[in-house]
Amino acid sequence: MSSTVISHGAAHHDAHNHHHETFLTKYIFSQDHKMIAKQFLITGIVMAVFAMVLSILFRIQLAWPDKDFPILEVFLGKWAEGGRMKPEFFLSLVTIHGTMMVFFVLTAGLSGTFSNLLIPYQLGARDMASPFMNMLSYWLFFTACVIMVASFFVESGPASAGWTIYPPLSAVPTSIAGSGLGMTLWLISMTLFIASQVMGGVNYISTVLNMRTKGMDLWKMPLTIWAFFLTAIVGLLSFPVLVSAVVLLFFDRSVGTSFYLSDLVVQGQILPNEGGSPILFQHLFWFLGHPEVYIVVMPALGLTSEVISTNSRKPIFGYHAMVYSLVGITVLSFIVWGHHMFVTGMNPFLGGVFMITTLIIAVPSAVKAFNYIATLWRGNIRFTPAMMFAIGMVSFFVSGGLTGLYLGNAALDINLHDTYFVVAHFHLVMGSASIFGMLCGVYHWYPKMFGRMMDTKLGYLHFWLTFIGAYLVFFPMHFMGIDGVPRRYYSFTAFPFMEKWVSVNLLITWAAIVAGLAQVAFLWNFFSSIWKGKKAPQNPWGSNTLEWTTPVEHIHGNWPGEIPTVYRWPYDYSKPGHDSDFIPQNVPHSETMSSNMAHDFEGNEDAIRIQNEWNKANNRETIEE
Amino acid sequence: MKFKINNRFKAVLGCLLAVGLLFSTPSFALQQDSLAQDSTVTAVVDSSASAVVDSAAAPTTDATTVATGSTATSASSSSATVEPVKQIDPQVYKDLTYYVLLFLIICTIVAVIGKVLSVYELTRKMNGRYNPFSNNKFQGSLFIIFLVAFLAFVYYGYAVWGSWAWRDAATEHGKSVDTMFIITTVIITVVLVLVHILLLSFPYIYRMRANTKAFYYPHNDTIEKIWTIVPAVVLTVLVLFGFFTWRSITNVPEDLQKSAIQVEVMGEQFQWQVRYPGNDGVIGKRNYKLTTPTNSYGIDFNDQSSWDDIQASDIVIPVNKSVRFHIISKDIIHSFYIPDFRVQMNAVPGMTNYFQFTPTVTTEEMRERMNDPKYDFIMLCNKICGSGHFNMQKKVVVVTEAEYKEWLSTQNKYFTEDLQKEFAGLEVQESSQLASASLN
Repeated sequence: MSSTVISHGAAHHDAHNHHHETFLTKYIFSQDHKMIAKQFLITGIVMAVFAMVLSILFRIQLAWPDKDFPILEVFLGKWAEGGRMKPEFFLSLVTIHGTMMVFFVLTAGLSGTFSNLLIPYQLGARDMASPFMNMLSYWLFFTACVIMVASFFVESGPASAGWTIYPPLSAVPTSIAGSGLGMTLWLISMTLFIASQVMGGVNYISTVLNMRTKGMDLWKMPLTIWAFFLTAIVGLLSFPVLVSAVVLLFFDRSVGTSFYLSDLVVQGQILPNEGGSPILFQHLFWFLGHPEVYIVVMPALGLTSEVISTNSRKPIFGYHAMVYSLVGITVLSFIVWGHHMFVTGMNPFLGGVFMITTLIIAVPSAVKAFNYIATLWRGNIRFTPAMMFAIGMVSFFVSGGLTGLYLGNAALDINLHDTYFVVAHFHLVMGSASIFGMLCGVYHWYPKMFGRMMDTKLGYLHFWLTFIGAYLVFFPMHFMGIDGVPRRYYSFTAFPFMEKWVSVNLLITWAAIVAGLAQVAFLWNFFSSIWKGKKAPQNPWGSNTLEWTTPVEHIHGNWPGEIPTVYRWPYDYSKPGHDSDFIPQNVPHSETMSSNMAHDFEGNEDAIRIQNEWNKANNRETIEE
Repeated sequence: MKFKINNRFKAVLGCLLAVGLLFSTPSFALQQDSLAQDSTVTAVVDSSASAVVDSAAAPTTDATTVATGSTATSASSSSATVEPVKQIDPQVYKDLTYYVLLFLIICTIVAVIGKVLSVYELTRKMNGRYNPFSNNKFQGSLFIIFLVAFLAFVYYGYAVWGSWAWRDAATEHGKSVDTMFIITTVIITVVLVLVHILLLSFPYIYRMRANTKAFYYPHNDTIEKIWTIVPAVVLTVLVLFGFFTWRSITNVPEDLQKSAIQVEVMGEQFQWQVRYPGNDGVIGKRNYKLTTPTNSYGIDFNDQSSWDDIQASDIVIPVNKSVRFHIISKDIIHSFYIPDFRVQMNAVPGMTNYFQFTPTVTTEEMRERMNDPKYDFIMLCNKICGSGHFNMQKKVVVVTEAEYKEWLSTQNKYFTEDLQKEFAGLEVQESSQLASASLN
């Protein structure tokens, strides 16, 4: 249906009464990028809440290891008999929390939502290159979510080998209960999810390359689109590798092959597998796994760039450097995976090489952080909730990124590998930073998605509680890690040296509970504003990009008439000589004679001549070629 | 009119909420409960005065009727009610209700404050005294307050938690790791503090006010080059330093590998086993296929160098001697991790990993240093391995060489008498089989 839209002329599109939309085609099996974006977002939010509740559950266990909570038995039944969680269920919780947050929330919920929403809007396209595939991408994702949640209703429990599912633990059901049916469901869910991501990725890439409106060359694209485009490339190249890893693991589990297994005596039973290597799985997993963290953080960086620039009323500092650093991160992200494996028995010399590549990737990341700060410098900063979240995102990105210097350093990683230091590091740099990027995007583009405004006061409340809460939760964990407290420990009571951290765990858990409850402010704000929010104006933030030239009411094909032509880059904020503090991308230079600068003309001699004639007539300085 | 009705409705709702909260206060509800316990279970419901508590107690009665009827109906939310003994105390539901109501009250208060604020704003607007930029100033100031609090928090963390966490390494290579750790910490702390001062004060300084305008400043190549090159140089230094330290730890020359004391540790769910090579200094071969209940280590006794292999309950090593650990796993991946030594290496089934290091502090000295007579070095599992993962430890004792030798002589061998008999039996069997085979 929608695929024909693209071939329709714009004029034809005005009378689009030939689209008869039923409830089913409009809200469920929609092929419209705006609706699919909303579907991704709401599914992502539901998954985020679910995964957050899981995290609060295991935080409760860590804070009060010796206390019974009979209420847990009410909800969890045999997993928390007598009100005390079982160690295996604890491991299930951390596993599913990690999987859902990384894949369903921060990958699909973040880039699924905003790539779908913004790629056609900001590029000036009527829809994605392949709307049907787009729909399929969402429904595969949804199925994956359902299967993952369903694993909680399996007798032997959900997967519990950690979100990295290292075999043999994940491959041998006798080693842990969660590696039975729960693990099978995990693998099926993940395969569907990857199929969804690949379809989405192909779609994003082809849309960005082929469907830009007139005048939108690559260097006029907003940084959001650059980020989504490069993210899609990373995803497309790395996700299939995880499929191969998952499929081989599936064979090892169900068919009796030995890709990852060798020399095992589990629970006194000698297994017949020979010749495999668990290290192989780790290589395959982290070949996706490391790019994955950039898949998670790059869209957040893109959204943040846009929001910081818009709300500072100032062009993003160093647009080209921002793009090149994204490109640099994209390329480097493929050759650093080994830093997850320094102490796994990988050849130590190889570890040294990975250490060098890993620390190089810090350079483009540092450039991005500095450029954000330079953008704020002498800006005219407007404190919308989106802006607050964007600033928070930069803060987390810096705080979490810096500790990467320890972990990327093989010699220091010996002592920090798999400790709470790692937990603190990645929860700040990719967890909190990306969630904040996502929330900043939600607050900023909510008017575009739902045609209404969110409540700003609740937004502020949400921001401050979450920002403070996240630091209180994750910052102390660094010190636990330095002391040598391993992650994924069910309780700290078995070791005398860990006892001092129980008090810190209390602080962390209370901070987590408060920050978790603060999300209610967001959920209330989000869902009630869909119906009750103030009606949004067309361009509430005074933004330059094309999505704000579309009507508030969603229509099929986005623009009622012709798609606007793009004449300038998206960051002409507060340009001297212009009467308002923003010039949208679709305003031609002929309408902004008073503010044009030499670099606007990119060496076009005719344009410069016309501009100089105008300048002479208006007593302005002439432009040098 | 409609507005009024709506308001009355909210007021009634609020009152109900408050009353409900009062009734389900843990202390209050507890009293009721003790009263009710004298009478029958259904009386719990009857005696509760508040409607809110009623509804909360309702599922309880469900649960209890199911239990007393001793039918395993799955209607109840808890599977534990199958046995009447495992009933869930009704108090649990009341406590939950209490906390839910408490949260709702907080939400109501927040909503009331929000309304008050917007009414205030509206009146300001009506009086023409509304300053659209006042919020910018307010939020900007909050960023400044946050900045101060953040820096104080970082300082507190370093000073208090940092001192809890930090113990100097007790090995030779650990010293260079520690030096590097401290250099890195200094660098990142400076960057962290500077970046946050800029990042959180700029929003306040450059907040939007009446008649402010942003400075159109799209790029400055020189500055950008500086902040590309400076991090790159700093990182290069760190990388080189780290690379050489890492090589010196992992790339031990072959003669030193051979002259070191060899110890094998094997991880399994959920314990560690330790094997010393005995007098010959060679660890005997292991074949996982030979694992039996008596030979749970799977040692291959056909290899004679395994006959004198020594079994130990703790890891005991001499101070100032290089020790080479052979790290293997029986079932799944574990990780051999001694935080005080800055030592970690995964135990992977199907392969042997090595870690060689020299302890420099004996346990006794460490106890003195820590001022804790019970302090022990500990080796723990640091790779998720199942339900017992959180308690898979082995004591590491560092002693003087004389003590080490004495200790070693008192330890048992893996090749116990039982195993010797079993092995001899096997050999006889094998040789007779061979003999008969040759006869045939």
